[in-house]
Amino acid sequence: MAVGKEIRTKIGSIKNTQKITRAMEMVAASKMRKTKEKMLATRPYSKKIGQIIKHLAQANPEYKHSFLVERQVKRVGIIVISSDRGLCGGLNSNLFRKTLTQVIQWDKENIEIDICTIGTKAFGFFGNLKANLVGQVSKLGDTPHQHDIVGIIKIMLDAYEQGRIDELHVISNEFVNTMTQKPTIEKLLPVVASELEPDLKGHWDYIYEPDAKEVLDHLLTRYVESIVYQGLVENNACEQAARMVAMKSASDNAGNIISELQLVYNKARQAAITQEISEIVAGAAAV
Amino acid sequence: MTMTVHVDIVSAEKEIFSGLAEMVFAPAELGEVGISPRHAPLISRLKPGEVRVKVSDKDIYSFYVSGGMLEIQPHLITILADTAIRAKDIDEAAAIEAKTRAEEALADKSGRIDFVTAQTQLQQAVMQLRTLDRLRKRGG
Repeated sequence: MAVGKEIRTKIGSIKNTQKITRAMEMVAASKMRKTKEKMLATRPYSKKIGQIIKHLAQANPEYKHSFLVERQVKRVGIIVISSDRGLCGGLNSNLFRKTLTQVIQWDKENIEIDICTIGTKAFGFFGNLKANLVGQVSKLGDTPHQHDIVGIIKIMLDAYEQGRIDELHVISNEFVNTMTQKPTIEKLLPVVASELEPDLKGHWDYIYEPDAKEVLDHLLTRYVESIVYQGLVENNACEQAARMVAMKSASDNAGNIISELQLVYNKARQAAITQEISEIVAGAAAV
Repeated sequence: MTMTVHVDIVSAEKEIFSGLAEMVFAPAELGEVGISPRHAPLISRLKPGEVRVKVSDKDIYSFYVSGGMLEIQPHLITILADTAIRAKDIDEAAAIEAKTRAEEALADKSGRIDFVTAQTQLQQAVMQLRTLDRLRKRGG
């Protein structure tokens, strides 16, 4: 019977799409587990180094490292961490929106901006905007290594040391849970003392071995590296989680469309049968 | 009761040790340091070597680090290790292999290989082997 051939092809093609989205959902789910483990594994390190830096900001060092000194802000550097691939819901666009809001605000204060991007999506977005891109790295895969991002961090740190930028921010997604990812802007440099810890009050300084400059240089570079790396690993977990959720809702939507089309198809088929029967009955009555 | 100090050892990959200890020994850049509770604040870089954490007279944990940072606060010691593996995990074969490779690189005076890199590799391999030796003597 030639009823609803178009509808049947349509159902078939949507079923194929659903198969793809369902497969992507499962892949994302298993990748999410792995990236999440990695994220949790690297967290203690960046937390500890953050803590040391906080202590350091409260010390009264003889040698003032430039990373610890606040300056008048004329130009800021930002590192934007995005995913390499799309199909992960609003993950990247939320991040870019948040970035743009901040950029517009800086613009109003006549602060210029240098951008480094991680991930092809951010590169594409800010490249199109004709923003001042000073460095980019992408296609790092699911298990990025620390040495992959050393290059762009060096660009930013050098710029900071030479006074070309006065602040350094990193913008990335924070993994709250599987359903929620929060775009966040974090100020890395200069490091300033936040709330004082009670047992660290008073005038004191570290003993530095071998000497203050060398140790602080090393420590602060490691600090920036580890925070950016943590951001990258976290963004990876976010990407997989967002993709999983997006693909799940895509599969669900495909299911809904299929059942609607099935209903239309069944109705059409029934109508055709009814019509045929009534034709036959009418024919028989005429005889 | 003996005084104790809180010790945290973390590497970029994971948390390695967290708890109270009576004393900590670490290979600081200017020589090995032994840290008791209430030590003055100190920051130092670490050389490749063995970090020992004395939890009690009987319990001494030992870890291999290939460099990193050491921060001391009177009641908190933090070690950020570049790579810290439990000394027992060191694959001796891999260490020996790395050592020979480094020695070959050192012997190769053609200058293509960065001398400093080779020297560090050699130092790391030697320290790994020494840590293993000590563990074995202790009957570990």
